[in-house]
Amino acid sequence: MTNLPTNDAMTTQDIENRFSPSVADALLFNQPLSVRVFVALGRIWQQLTKSKKVAIGCSIVLIFVLVAIFGPFFIHQDPNLMTANADAAPSAAHLLGTTTTGQDIFSQLIVGTRSSIFWGLVTGVAVTFVSIVVGLIGGYFGGMIDEILSLVTNVFLVLPALPLAIVLASYFPRGPVTVSLVITLTSWAWGARVLRAQTMSMRSREFVAAARSCGESTFRLIFFEIFPNEISIVAANFVSTTLYVILASASLEFLGLGNANIVTWGSMFYWAQTANALFSGLWWWFVPPGLCIALLGAGLSLINFGIDEIADPRLRREKLPARWKKRLRFSS
Amino acid sequence: MRQIIRRTLFYLVAAWISVTLNFLIPRLAPGNPAEAMMIHLQQRGSVSPAMMQALQAALGVNNTQPLWIQYFQYLNNLLHGALGISYTNYPTPVTAIIAQNIQWTLMLGLVTVVLGFILGCLLGIVMAWMRNSAVDTILSPAVTFLSAIPYFWLALIILYVFGFTLGWFPFADGYDTTLDPGWSAAFIGSAIYHAILPAITIIISSIAGWMLVMRNSMITTLSEDYILMAQAKGLPRRRVMFAYAARNAILPNISGFALAIGSIVGGQLLTEIVFSYPGIGFSLLEAVRGQDYALMQGIFLVITLAVLGANFLADLCYVLLDPRVRLERGV
Repeated sequence: MTNLPTNDAMTTQDIENRFSPSVADALLFNQPLSVRVFVALGRIWQQLTKSKKVAIGCSIVLIFVLVAIFGPFFIHQDPNLMTANADAAPSAAHLLGTTTTGQDIFSQLIVGTRSSIFWGLVTGVAVTFVSIVVGLIGGYFGGMIDEILSLVTNVFLVLPALPLAIVLASYFPRGPVTVSLVITLTSWAWGARVLRAQTMSMRSREFVAAARSCGESTFRLIFFEIFPNEISIVAANFVSTTLYVILASASLEFLGLGNANIVTWGSMFYWAQTANALFSGLWWWFVPPGLCIALLGAGLSLINFGIDEIADPRLRREKLPARWKKRLRFSS
Repeated sequence: MRQIIRRTLFYLVAAWISVTLNFLIPRLAPGNPAEAMMIHLQQRGSVSPAMMQALQAALGVNNTQPLWIQYFQYLNNLLHGALGISYTNYPTPVTAIIAQNIQWTLMLGLVTVVLGFILGCLLGIVMAWMRNSAVDTILSPAVTFLSAIPYFWLALIILYVFGFTLGWFPFADGYDTTLDPGWSAAFIGSAIYHAILPAITIIISSIAGWMLVMRNSMITTLSEDYILMAQAKGLPRRRVMFAYAARNAILPNISGFALAIGSIVGGQLLTEIVFSYPGIGFSLLEAVRGQDYALMQGIFLVITLAVLGANFLADLCYVLLDPRVRLERGV
């Protein structure tokens, strides 16, 4: 332990210094709820904007989430409604033009945003959940349990994910649940391996031993003592997993392994491909969903780069005085 | 040595698991899609009884024998290289279709992986060296955006621009179908011509990964003392960059390279599908669409075994290249 002041030697000043954030939080309870929420949001924002990359990434993701939640309320027509106005280029009436069956692509895109993001997040959570359970249990127990769990993890790591997903999906009824399950099954291993290594280094720490000697149950030890210490890894893992999930489900749906009647970004690709949109010059059909995925993906990877830079200071871009910069660049 | 034996055992187990998965998936799928396909086929009346029997044996339909006997029959067939008969291409055996298509996949894959690796590593080295300069400032975010693009979409856009709008390259197929496949100059020329566009998309999409890993690994290496020492000695810049920094920084990418070689077989699924390239990925999709389960299982098995083999090689490479891995075990 470091030389923290012991209890009797601790002055009020010490206590205030060490606990000042929570004291400030406690004081907020006198304020009305709206102020408290506002202050809390402000604090989160402050943390996020410390890194410019994270700030930009979060804004992009937030915009997409808002569109996913509220966007469909502003779309008053069925996105699958077929009209006589087919193959129309983007115009004021149809912001992104229409498909070969006269469906409005803009409303498809907005409605598709909701299901794509919803299933992306649900699958991302599922993948993260499986990797947490497998990684923490294997890492904590060690021995035979760990041997078996890491064997399974390593096997799933080396099995090629996309072909396995395609083969699995082709046997099950088409739909978002199948796509989600198949992706969960094929992509949990990476996170589990990272968390297992982390848990192994954590299980012999003092706080775990202390909690164990207090008679805490194993379940509590794993998920309430060790797990909170790995939350940053889990967060980074969740972000990259969600990006992977969105790309993978779009690919599977593009191949026709999703339910083509549910409007998602992936199913838009599927229909565009089936109707040969490419060779009819209907670029407004397949460009928008791809741009959406790319933007959302860029947002997610920016968040992840930000997290990486916080974890590894060497990757950070230092602000050097101009004089130094010059010297560094022409050094050697 | 102990390390190598351990890895060998692991890959044997992994191979066994993937073979078993390949056996179990069609038999445990709900509603038995294979059976539905059989009924559909019978109604059309386009199948001979012999074909029916072959299909039933391959997929375990109407098979009254217990599962474990079926399993040993399956393993036995596998050992004799019998993967069943493709029903969309009846009566061609699955192995013949795979053998024919895999050449296209391997050719396209090898060239693109090697090119992508070299270009990506070089760019990563330059980016790390010129960190904080304009090159890095522009390339880093550009690469971030590039790596988030769905690959098949990038391929579609490139096909649209260069194939459809500009008309410089063909849309589909691996060669000019009016020519006879053979070792003639015209045929090879047309095969190369058809491969350019798919190759470019693979290189563009794979470069980002090599580049980022190389850049980050280089940055870590550049802060080592021996780099400073080399600079202090007054060695030329290029020598420090390649012989001192890059040589040590490339290690993570080398093992990635071995993995990429393995994923060639299954990794270009989407490329082949977008460009209708006659490789193994394209036939996997055809098999899925045509519910040709025997072909599908066979292709999946080949892809999996290729990936396992490459992973094994990558592990061996790492043991050979990085003395630290060897020493850890030796102590």
